[in-house]
Amino acid sequence: MDIENKILEGSPRHLARAISMVENNSPQKEEIIDALYPKTGNALIIGVTGSPGSGKSTLVDKILKNELKKDQKIGVIAVDPSSPFSGGALLGDRIRMQKHSGNPNIFIRSMASRGHLGGISAATSDVTKLLDAAGYNLIIIETIGVGQTEVEIIELADIILLTMAPGMGDDIQAMKAGIMEIGDVFVVNKKDKDGADKVKKELDYVLDIKYHDNPENKNPIKMVSALNNEGIEELMNSVYNYINKLKKQGKWEDKRKTKIKKELKKIFSKKIHELMDIHINYTEKLDDWVKLLMNKEEKPYSLINKELKSFIKESEIL
Amino acid sequence: MSEYEKIKKEKKEWEEKKLNKFLEKAPERKEEFKNSTGEVERVYTPQEDIEDKYVNEIGFPGQYPFTRGVYPTMYRGRLWTMRQYAGFGTAEESNKRYKYLLEQGQTGLSVAFDLPTQIGYDSDDEMSIGEVGKVGVAIDTLKDMEILFDGIPLEKVSTSMTINAPAAVLLAMYIAVAEKQGVSKEKLRGTIQNDILKEYIARGTYIYPPESSMRLITDIFEYCSDEVPKWNTISISGYHIREAGSDAVQEVAFTIADGIEYVKKAIEAGLDVDKFGRRLSFFFNAHNDLLEEVAKFRAARRIWAKVMKEKFDAKKEKSMRLRFHTQTGGSTLTAQQPDNNIVRVAIQTLAAVLGGTQSLHTNSRDEALSLPTEDSVRIALRTQQIVAHESGVTKTIDPLAGSHYVEKLTDEIEEQVWEYIDKIEELGGMTKAIEKGYVQKEIQDSAYDYQKEIENKERIVVGVNKYQIDKEPESDILKVNPKLREVQIDRIEKVKKKRDSKKVEQKLAELKNAAEGSDNLMPYIIDAVKEYATLGEICNTLRDVFGEYEESIVL
Amino acid sequence: MSDKKIRILIGKPGLDGHDRGAKYIARALKDAGYEVIYTGLRQTPQSIVNTAIQEDVDFVGLSLLSGAHNSLFPKIVELLKENDAEDIIVFGGGVIPEDDIPNLKKQGVEEIFTPGTPIKDVVDFIESKREKVGK
Repeated sequence: MDIENKILEGSPRHLARAISMVENNSPQKEEIIDALYPKTGNALIIGVTGSPGSGKSTLVDKILKNELKKDQKIGVIAVDPSSPFSGGALLGDRIRMQKHSGNPNIFIRSMASRGHLGGISAATSDVTKLLDAAGYNLIIIETIGVGQTEVEIIELADIILLTMAPGMGDDIQAMKAGIMEIGDVFVVNKKDKDGADKVKKELDYVLDIKYHDNPENKNPIKMVSALNNEGIEELMNSVYNYINKLKKQGKWEDKRKTKIKKELKKIFSKKIHELMDIHINYTEKLDDWVKLLMNKEEKPYSLINKELKSFIKESEIL
Repeated sequence: MSEYEKIKKEKKEWEEKKLNKFLEKAPERKEEFKNSTGEVERVYTPQEDIEDKYVNEIGFPGQYPFTRGVYPTMYRGRLWTMRQYAGFGTAEESNKRYKYLLEQGQTGLSVAFDLPTQIGYDSDDEMSIGEVGKVGVAIDTLKDMEILFDGIPLEKVSTSMTINAPAAVLLAMYIAVAEKQGVSKEKLRGTIQNDILKEYIARGTYIYPPESSMRLITDIFEYCSDEVPKWNTISISGYHIREAGSDAVQEVAFTIADGIEYVKKAIEAGLDVDKFGRRLSFFFNAHNDLLEEVAKFRAARRIWAKVMKEKFDAKKEKSMRLRFHTQTGGSTLTAQQPDNNIVRVAIQTLAAVLGGTQSLHTNSRDEALSLPTEDSVRIALRTQQIVAHESGVTKTIDPLAGSHYVEKLTDEIEEQVWEYIDKIEELGGMTKAIEKGYVQKEIQDSAYDYQKEIENKERIVVGVNKYQIDKEPESDILKVNPKLREVQIDRIEKVKKKRDSKKVEQKLAELKNAAEGSDNLMPYIIDAVKEYATLGEICNTLRDVFGEYEESIVL
Repeated sequence: MSDKKIRILIGKPGLDGHDRGAKYIARALKDAGYEVIYTGLRQTPQSIVNTAIQEDVDFVGLSLLSGAHNSLFPKIVELLKENDAEDIIVFGGGVIPEDDIPNLKKQGVEEIFTPGTPIKDVVDFIESKREKVGK
């Protein structure tokens, strides 16, 4: 198809169009992704997450500036929340990166979460594939940044920068279980501010305990000031070192395998779900089922099992 | 029973016997009447402790805390300065408009610069396309400035210049023009706006990051207190904060908080608060809610006096006086039925005068459409003259003092302003609060609510959401010559050919050197403009050293 | 199960720093259910066009109060055309004299909203083009 070739040729217009198709779940989506899939796998995907106000957008901007020096083609996906009331969204992350918008080696796309939880949008994964195929060899995903629930980025990114800043309630005690686990490289932003050292110390302490028996695996902690463009080069060096270490340990490949596995699971269950909906038509039946249960004429497990059985029996669905 | 309790008792009786019965038959138009401090009561009665607090909180004109005015005689002594902001197109055209305004009885000049000048770009810069001469006069070199003030005696007029990020450069040019006219620096009177914090917050014509901008500002403070002693070195501006959509309380709060930040920096730089403090001036907006506006001005004076005395330990009363310029509210003008704006401006003029302003710009009726025509500017000026000479409000000082409502409102505004000031201090001062986007967000939210109220017709704007007419009358509007950029580019080229480019280079190199160090930059800038270095060359030299500010907004 | 959303870029070309209107319209359009991208101040026509393309927006709304609209608005329309993106609909707002409107429309600016326009008019305009932009 024409659009795939145009994307491979590097047309930003067609790439942008394809991203919309993916976002909109349009009928051509699967065909486009599959057609481009053989061309993917070359990009390094970095996730940037952390609480609001920790300076994610500014950090991404400075990473862009730093990595551009290395002749990279960089794609950025910046996710902001959709309003649960109107379904609309105000996407403002790119303001801080806007000076790069004239650069042909940079492609920035703002995405609304469209009701998807987990800090990214449902289409983000496929969008990274499009950028990857289009030749962007570094892809940065900036998550919404509401904190605790943003674990989904693990399934998408090769490496995750967890950004913190002093005075944002980013002390370790305040962190919910889980969030500490997702960081590969920890970034303490606003290092010139009071309290930055304290954040670093606490992080050190927690990670020291965690890696007590194998200190060589302790995650790097980097102090930066994104606003003043300080510490970015060192941060990126430690990112690349970290990757090299993973590769040497053979963990890199495992990581990518896990990613693919998770993605397949996800597509699989989504497809099943869609099929069910089409064939059992369960969203429509739900109301009837509710009635049956309310009147105690049916029981939840036996009802569902019965419906599934009849579905599988009758199915010529594939 | 005290007088206060007696009144309270009577009021209760009135409510029970009179009011409630009346309300049953005839309910009020709205459930709630509001202003920016909150709900407005039906009737106000004397405050409880009024005798005790009169001397300390209200007092007398020209005396701490200056609630009633900064001078003992106010308009009985001298009327406010009528100062119309003007400037467009080339220096020649603006010069003509200034001479016209002076002939019409205006008493001070106020220069509007175009956006490239305000952001430190020459007219031939790519960024200037479409903008040259549009919202003010284009100034590229000293040559333009010489033409702008040609035939205007600088020892006699006071000149206000709306210039911020490159204020040092324009002031340097003004000093150089005066020198050519044979007028010494000590005699120059006027104001540069020089208020960069509100540019980050509300107006957008910033260049450098806060730290370097603050250094330029304190350099100007220091230079002028020795060399240009009659010059107002800053006009700390709430005007644009209000235009950006803040309410009256926020206008005062953020302006005073800006003021606090400037004073802090100047003191840190080693300046004496009583030396530069008296040269600080302010600039506020006047909106339509007449009594709230009057209370706003009174509260602002009182708060600033307390800030200077209590926070900064100023000793001289002159340092505690909040002197201010006022401009009527640009955002209150409507494009619909523009003649209605004359009435709005008249109300706002009254607000400013009853609030004790030192100078006033009245907007022209057609400013929601374009730059004002000469006819419109004249009507705007006449509005001031009618209030000054016919309305009678100038006969006595602070005539609304003692109004139960105005005094209560003055107190309430003050209280809420202090809350904001405390909050900003908690965030680490104004620069930090701006970097965090806190101030911008507060203003944005107010602006959004205000606009929503208009959309929902909770707030009526005559001619816009009520009393509309089908066909708007055609009006004369002023057009700026679109070829202006070429004219300016041509002039830059001529100047560049004629000047001694070796000397220019040398002066710019010296400036760069100084910027990297810690010398006061004013003398270097003056040297450079005298050699006809362009505004853009000077600003770019500083850009190389200081970098550029990046917008910080929270949506 | 297609889930199409109208996407709108609100841009501020030129040097003018008055963003009250732009921010209001951005927020109000979000509340009306659209996905809105806001650029911030001082955008060149080229950066607005690049943004519009990367974000694959259906509309570009331009806000300008300095009087530079006659040169900057048509420049943006022209650049969109050069980049094969003439299907993106351009509208504008700000201090724009009635006299200038016909000429701007002739040069490809679809609609101009002058001060005091209720947000409903803007939403109606966008909805009237829903089919045209394929949403």
